[in-house]
Amino acid sequence: MTQIELTVNGEKRSDEVEPRLLLVHYLRELLGLRAANVGCDTTSCGACTVLLDGKSVKSCTVLAVQASGHEVTTAEGLAVGGELHPVQAAFRQQHGLQCGFCTPGMVMATVGLLAENPHPTEAEVREGLEGNLCRCTGYHNIVRAVLAAAQAQAGQVTGEQVTA
Amino acid sequence: MSILGTRVLRTEDPRFLTTGGVYVEDLVDERLDGACHVFFVRSPVAHARISGIDASAALAAPGVVAVFTAADVADLPTIPPSGPMNKHMQQPMLATDKVRYVGEPVAVVVVEQPYQGEDALELVAVDYEPLPAVLGFDPSDDTLLFEDAGTNVAGWWGNPAELKADLFDGCEVVVSQVIINQRVAPAPMESRGAAAVWGADGRLTAWIPNQGAQGTKGGLARMLNLEPSQVRVITPDVGGAFGAKFGADREHVIVAWVARELGRPARWSETRYENLIGMTHGRAQQHTITIGGSRDGDVLAYRLEVVQDAGAYVRAGGFLPMLTRLMTSGPYDIPRAESVAKVVVTSTTPIGAYRGAGRPEASAALERAIDLFAAEAGLDPADVRRKNLLPAFTEPHRTAFGALYDTGDYVTGLERALAAAGYVELRAEQAARRARGDVRQLGIGLASYVEITGMGEGEGSGPNENATVEVRPDGTATILTGTSPHGQGHQTAWAMLASEELGIPVEKITLKWGDTDLIPKGGGTGGSRSLQLGGAAVRQASQELIEEARQRAAAQLEASPADLVYDKTKTSFNVAGDPDAAVPLTQLAEQERLLIRAVFTGPGATFPFGTHVAVVEVDAETGKPTLLRMITVDDAGVVLNPLLAEGQRHGGIGQGAAQAMVEEVVYDTDGNPLTTSFADYPFVSATELPSFELVDSQTPTTYNPLGVKGIGEAGSIGSTPAVQNAIVDAVAHLGVRHIDMPTTSRRIWQAIRAAGQHSESEHA
Amino acid sequence: MIPAKFDYVAAESAGHAIELLAEHGDDAKVLAGGHSLLPMMKLRLATPELLIDIGGLDELAGVSVDGPDLVVGATTRHADLAASELARAEAPLLAYAASQVGDPQIRHRGTIGGSLSHADPAADLPMALVALGGTVVVEGQAGTRTVGADDFFLGYFETVLAPDELVTAVRVPRRPGVPWGYQKFVRRANDWAIVGVAALDGRIALANMGPTPLRAAAAENALAAGASAADAAELAADGTSPGEDLHADREYRRHLARILTRRALEHETA
Repeated sequence: MTQIELTVNGEKRSDEVEPRLLLVHYLRELLGLRAANVGCDTTSCGACTVLLDGKSVKSCTVLAVQASGHEVTTAEGLAVGGELHPVQAAFRQQHGLQCGFCTPGMVMATVGLLAENPHPTEAEVREGLEGNLCRCTGYHNIVRAVLAAAQAQAGQVTGEQVTA
Repeated sequence: MSILGTRVLRTEDPRFLTTGGVYVEDLVDERLDGACHVFFVRSPVAHARISGIDASAALAAPGVVAVFTAADVADLPTIPPSGPMNKHMQQPMLATDKVRYVGEPVAVVVVEQPYQGEDALELVAVDYEPLPAVLGFDPSDDTLLFEDAGTNVAGWWGNPAELKADLFDGCEVVVSQVIINQRVAPAPMESRGAAAVWGADGRLTAWIPNQGAQGTKGGLARMLNLEPSQVRVITPDVGGAFGAKFGADREHVIVAWVARELGRPARWSETRYENLIGMTHGRAQQHTITIGGSRDGDVLAYRLEVVQDAGAYVRAGGFLPMLTRLMTSGPYDIPRAESVAKVVVTSTTPIGAYRGAGRPEASAALERAIDLFAAEAGLDPADVRRKNLLPAFTEPHRTAFGALYDTGDYVTGLERALAAAGYVELRAEQAARRARGDVRQLGIGLASYVEITGMGEGEGSGPNENATVEVRPDGTATILTGTSPHGQGHQTAWAMLASEELGIPVEKITLKWGDTDLIPKGGGTGGSRSLQLGGAAVRQASQELIEEARQRAAAQLEASPADLVYDKTKTSFNVAGDPDAAVPLTQLAEQERLLIRAVFTGPGATFPFGTHVAVVEVDAETGKPTLLRMITVDDAGVVLNPLLAEGQRHGGIGQGAAQAMVEEVVYDTDGNPLTTSFADYPFVSATELPSFELVDSQTPTTYNPLGVKGIGEAGSIGSTPAVQNAIVDAVAHLGVRHIDMPTTSRRIWQAIRAAGQHSESEHA
Repeated sequence: MIPAKFDYVAAESAGHAIELLAEHGDDAKVLAGGHSLLPMMKLRLATPELLIDIGGLDELAGVSVDGPDLVVGATTRHADLAASELARAEAPLLAYAASQVGDPQIRHRGTIGGSLSHADPAADLPMALVALGGTVVVEGQAGTRTVGADDFFLGYFETVLAPDELVTAVRVPRRPGVPWGYQKFVRRANDWAIVGVAALDGRIALANMGPTPLRAAAAENALAAGASAADAAELAADGTSPGEDLHADREYRRHLARILTRRALEHETA
């Protein structure tokens, strides 16, 4: 067993884990954060995407021990005070989810994508989500949602600038 | 203003977006405390005799509770084939003397902790004596999958001896083609799973991701030799199904059996590897088509000969070709048409329903046939469709195959799609690229389709579904439905239907489904049946509830029911002209439960239709295809919530295009599957698809008061042949006549090269 | 799926990692981003007894310039390399190759040292290294050595690394402003290349045309002798021994190599 110390959704954690424990299972089984799902065996589907130090990663291919000393954000950690995060709100507004299984991963990948590229084109959105699979939506409304979220976030930034 | 027809946002979404859905693997329930975990030992060989199983090393491994084999579950029945198929082709719960496909469950290992399962699986030693694999659409009987059956042919739909020798007499143009509708994996993002526990009363409670808890309950009861009353199925959130989660699989039965045997709850969740070999596959049909007609484009005769590869056990594969045959002539008026279907077994994963289930296959064969005919006659494929589509009809139309089309206006659908695509301009652009000899050639593909939706019975005869609506004293309402949403948005849509009648806002209406103790009957969600049957039942129950309330309010107000007006904005009855003499629904609900159960029964299946136009680019040097545009008319009658209907179309279009271009389950010549992960099975990402251009078209049906037909599968039925036709079209000028799906870059390149060599040898 | 059991040590330094490697030999594997190794371990194609984690060693990460070379630390993640202004200016082909690996999540974790050590002949960075004529800096108990790109890869998933050796850095010649071409032929955006070609200044590297990334020697020679890009490209598959799989047979791979080489020589990227 190995001791790990990390921050998950802003909360400091310290746990003893088996070295082979995957981050996704640490989140799901030890912390009860079950939004991230396991959809494949091969780092292909992205349903387990979370943010590690603000960057999207597939938590099925990160050992919990590798996350020690770092910050993890999951879909559960996005909404503040019961208000949906702009990306979550955009997914709802644009009907960017159906069965919901890929959704937390898709949302986290989008948050990561927009942090790196706040004003993506449609092509950049599609490329930016190439690591996240969805079987329900044909991606059409997911792409709409990401573009809408980018616009909403740009609006917020502009608003702050105006205030400042 | 009516809420119907408006873009109401899904009330389901907030929890999916924040804490995520509660899928079977996410379940936290005190009834499942202390659950053991079930892992399946699966056959690594396609066809073999099992000469021994040694579980001793596994039993000694940390955390292993038990190992079970076929001998342990000998009390469980075998599963007979579906349809009128050879009854000797029985499926055991665990492989007994033989394994018949890679992935067949051979034994189960039960462990305390999930991480112990895979360690222990490696320690179960099974001795296999390999037998030759049985593969392809024409498997020889030299090696039999089922010795008792005496053949690898499971059965027939139709009689091949009755095919008419003179069917194509008088046709100036006749074309034949063998077309493969390849095997694909349903691959819902959530794979299969189960959780099961037995009560002290001997009753089973099973949580299983499914498409209809009642059907799953029936299957479990039958396969566990139980009375239906001894089984309760609860449906957790379901992460996609696409036809492959109907009923109960043998793994579900085994998990329940293990829970009973060990006297403790048991859980199972499938890896993606297991899912890609263990869950049913879809399609897997071979079509031999012959089409004939006049040189000016009248299609006079069409023959469809189907071979269904059912896989190792005849599950839905036994009846899918029946649906394919039913839709043989599609949206066309073909004077002479016939079809026949043979079902064979092979040493591969069993075939089941997959988005469209039998109908996309019919459509794919027919739409390729129309294009092959047009190419042979030198005609524009749009013109051939115009000329042969059935004219608009409002009285039901009976086809030669017995299908009764309710309403349709196929030509208008075609014209709308062509206009939206800019068909004439696209053809001009294509001609220009051809003339220039561009590397990137343009292809335009059409598919006009009609499909069948809304079959399936929850109770009684005729397509039907039930709903229970209750208004509560606090002003909220609850709906119980026999449908089983897993992404379709029933919670929102059913609430819209009830809200329309009751005036209670959508946010205050809760939908419940998938608990067989709460909702004993229901036909589930599949075959695009839910809105037209289940939704119609919600409307009916809501209306009946208002009538029941009117009677009660009238008694209270000592007025005639006919004099009462229901004010939806106040959710209250008042005497006409006297707003003060009012009784709110909530008051009536307080006095006595205000609850109505209704069953809606429709007169028959409904037939949505449409036309898809696909525009592709093919790199003529490498063969690489790129899907540029998808323009679709999908007319499924009246649209209740455009947001949801469009979502269903998008998903279907994407899945259908993926089948046309990339997806295929591949086996090697020994029957080893080569596509056992998402690294190998080419599930498309956002990068491979364009945004879709949807054209609105709503031709109501008269079969239900909502005027709606099913929209769940239409997208995949139209898009698959449209994309395939577009790819062939892009390289048709190089001499290419046909390319089988998936139209990968390699296949396209090979087709271009073969056509070039063919024309060179002609010139030589 | 989950890996078999193993022990885990977070290395305190590159030296510490090398000591541990020397001690445990073949039973140990180095873990950096883990995006080549962990998938193999989950499928139980790799079952090391010890993982030595160098992912946290800052001394091994980063992009810098050293004389004529751009130096990339072994644990530099693909996303960081792709975004590095220095790399994009001095060795744009390398930065571009890094941007083509897998998908964004994979690029956030995977490292250049890991990718090269894994030695997948279909991968982007090995091909880029060969095209650029770079070198791999390897440290072991015996000291530090540098291995040229053409000598580093021995076969499928096989390199010259000894059991006690660790890739610590990658050096590529600085080539600012030199035109280059990069062709990655894939079925899906996030797949490995069915065939890949990277070309720069007369050097042509091929991915997935044999057990290692290869030089298209005949085509390079033709170019040097003054042949046109189109004529040289016709020779791109000469001397290659591509494998066959789900996506392509030998003939198709050879064909693709010729077409893609021409495009790469014409400085196209895809």
